[in-house]
Amino acid sequence: MTELLIRGGRVIDPSRGTDGVADLYIKDGRIEAVGRNIALDPGVEVVDAAGKVVAPGLIDLHVHLREPGFEHAETIATGALSAVAGGFTAVCAMPNTDPVTDSQATVGFVVRQAIRAGKARVYPIGAVSLGQKGEQLTEFGEMVQAGAVAVSDDGKPVATSHLMRTALEYARTFGIPVADHCEDMSLATGGVMHEGLIAARLGLQGIPSAAEEIMVARDIILAELTGGHVHLCHMSTRGSVELIRWAKAKGLNVTAEATPHHFTLTHERCLGYDTNAKMNPPLREAADREAIRQGLRDGTIDCIASDHAPHHYDTKEREFDEAPNGIVGLETALGLALRELVEPGLLPLPDLIARMSTVPARIFHLPGGTLAIGAPADVVVFDPTRRWAVRREDLHSKSTNSPFLGETLLGQADVTIVGGRVVFNRSDRPIS
Amino acid sequence: MSPPVLGKDLVGLEYLTADQILLILDTAEPFKEVSERPIKKVPALRGKTIVNLFFEASTRTRISFEFAEKRLSADTVNVATTGSSVSKGETLVDTARNLEAMRIDMVVIRHPSSGAAEFLGNRIRSNVINAGDGRHEHPTQALLDMLTLRDRFGRIAGLKVAICGDVLHSRVARSNIWGLLKLGAEVAICGPATLIPREFAELGVRIFPRIEEAIEWADALNVLRLQLERMSSGFIPSLREYNRVFGVTRERLAKAGREVVILHPGPMNRGVEIDSDVADGPASVILPQVTNGVAVRMAVLYLLAGGAPDWRSAPTPGDDR
Repeated sequence: MTELLIRGGRVIDPSRGTDGVADLYIKDGRIEAVGRNIALDPGVEVVDAAGKVVAPGLIDLHVHLREPGFEHAETIATGALSAVAGGFTAVCAMPNTDPVTDSQATVGFVVRQAIRAGKARVYPIGAVSLGQKGEQLTEFGEMVQAGAVAVSDDGKPVATSHLMRTALEYARTFGIPVADHCEDMSLATGGVMHEGLIAARLGLQGIPSAAEEIMVARDIILAELTGGHVHLCHMSTRGSVELIRWAKAKGLNVTAEATPHHFTLTHERCLGYDTNAKMNPPLREAADREAIRQGLRDGTIDCIASDHAPHHYDTKEREFDEAPNGIVGLETALGLALRELVEPGLLPLPDLIARMSTVPARIFHLPGGTLAIGAPADVVVFDPTRRWAVRREDLHSKSTNSPFLGETLLGQADVTIVGGRVVFNRSDRPIS
Repeated sequence: MSPPVLGKDLVGLEYLTADQILLILDTAEPFKEVSERPIKKVPALRGKTIVNLFFEASTRTRISFEFAEKRLSADTVNVATTGSSVSKGETLVDTARNLEAMRIDMVVIRHPSSGAAEFLGNRIRSNVINAGDGRHEHPTQALLDMLTLRDRFGRIAGLKVAICGDVLHSRVARSNIWGLLKLGAEVAICGPATLIPREFAELGVRIFPRIEEAIEWADALNVLRLQLERMSSGFIPSLREYNRVFGVTRERLAKAGREVVILHPGPMNRGVEIDSDVADGPASVILPQVTNGVAVRMAVLYLLAGGAPDWRSAPTPGDDR
């Protein structure tokens, strides 16, 4: 196995609370040493990280890789490539594929395709219910054996309180979280954006914040009833943040994620009927965005997840009502987080890395999120000061449905290493 | 030809200035007379080709546009969704590109999705006129409403206009709110709380929960059609109760002690949102609205084609002389 030295970067490891200029020495796929003036065997490859940050590879608990079933929009290979280009060494793939990832076999397929792609690690999330129909529990045990790290009916909420209760109870056997897309469908059905003045002006049917908050409250109450671990996906409202704060104060086993678009944009982005501003949950109001930011700052929101949702351009080139929900996010997540959270002083850089790597690893019990000696060498080297424009042609995902095209972001991954292997190198220069 | 005073498209009144709206109303004035002539035709749009693209059923608006186009001497084609490639699953953008490829000058579009007119306008070079997009806007309806109000009151500024009924689902309401506010009128909305978007208060629109209060306050009521499917979707319990609580009736109007002018964009549900003796009564301007519709649409077509504000003194667009 190759050896690799990452030389002279600012090494930040939230798992150990360390932050300082050092060399990182990788051997046999693992972190071998961190320090200064590490003695090298001749011929060891060197990554020059001067002026850059060296951190545990980013981990995204919430992506849609579209394979099987929607390979025209994304495949596991292109999604995993997009991930490493964004600095992610591991992503968790939601099960709303076709067929739904709801069995040992379909989970195994995702694992195999990811290994074949050889880019980011891809951890499948199995469906909670067969076919995501909200009726019968899937075989959690067999899916976990095949590689699933959590269960979710994402895209839809876990349909009934009874199903959520049984899922949380059953999931305890395997120590996995139940990740829920919180939406009361009886309030949300037909809605295409946040309910508020902009929706009223545009004549679009709104989704009230209450639709999310009712389900967040339900899930918190069921977490208390069952002792199970609820992971709340893509939180978008100030009410949800308050509910989670309350749940955590009670010591309940509740974790939550928020997306870069929800801490960056508001519903005003829907003006002009831009379908790249259509996602679910929808972009909310400035006060909601602020609550999400504060939640990330104080830890009420545990982590950042992209909800990477590729769609072929044809399907987004539609009337707003008809266009599908979601945007790609793997390659813009870091640049948005640095621009929106770190640059304004809301989050210190080590805390951001915690929220994008160490904490998500902990929540889903994944390897990674650490540069501890002996840990798998999943590492990102990024330039935290580079300003770069998001250009369609530079994205590695198969789809480019992003509301951030043309925007200037701050900070970008240069080298991404998975298991000691350089899987992405932005520069043309070879690793010396 | 002068530069286009309205921009390329007419998508909604939200996007126009007060001056632009007044220009349309003023341009409509001389066009009223064309429809009163024995030979109802002027050459203003001779040689222009216009497609009326209707993705939703419409009688009044479609015919009104068609008359407006024909009285301006344009060549027109009507496309309805049934029996066209749309019913074969063609997307709006493909329909638009195909029309563009036939080198048409203008598209009048009616579509069930909010934003469809803007979507189309951003993708083709032809002028696009919104004849109603989902719940968003129906600008020519609001323009004809305002022209009718101006005929009756001599002004718009300072008028108190209450828009009554299903504002939530109404493109007519949204266009009227923008147009009237821009021209300095006071605007109120009134109806069951399930059909009244409270957010409009942020624009300076008054909200009356009871129709009696709206009548007491208003100089004119614009009574919206109540879509019958609102009952099945749970917004109101029954049409009977709607009429009892929110219906515009002669008895309620009599209590105002003064004339309250009645507008309705049609088609009416007599005995639901409006009683027949109100619709047919002396304060009703419902038929003058329809007459003004043709003039307003002539004005919009003419101005978007690049016509000068006074068509009688201007050369015909597309004319070689």
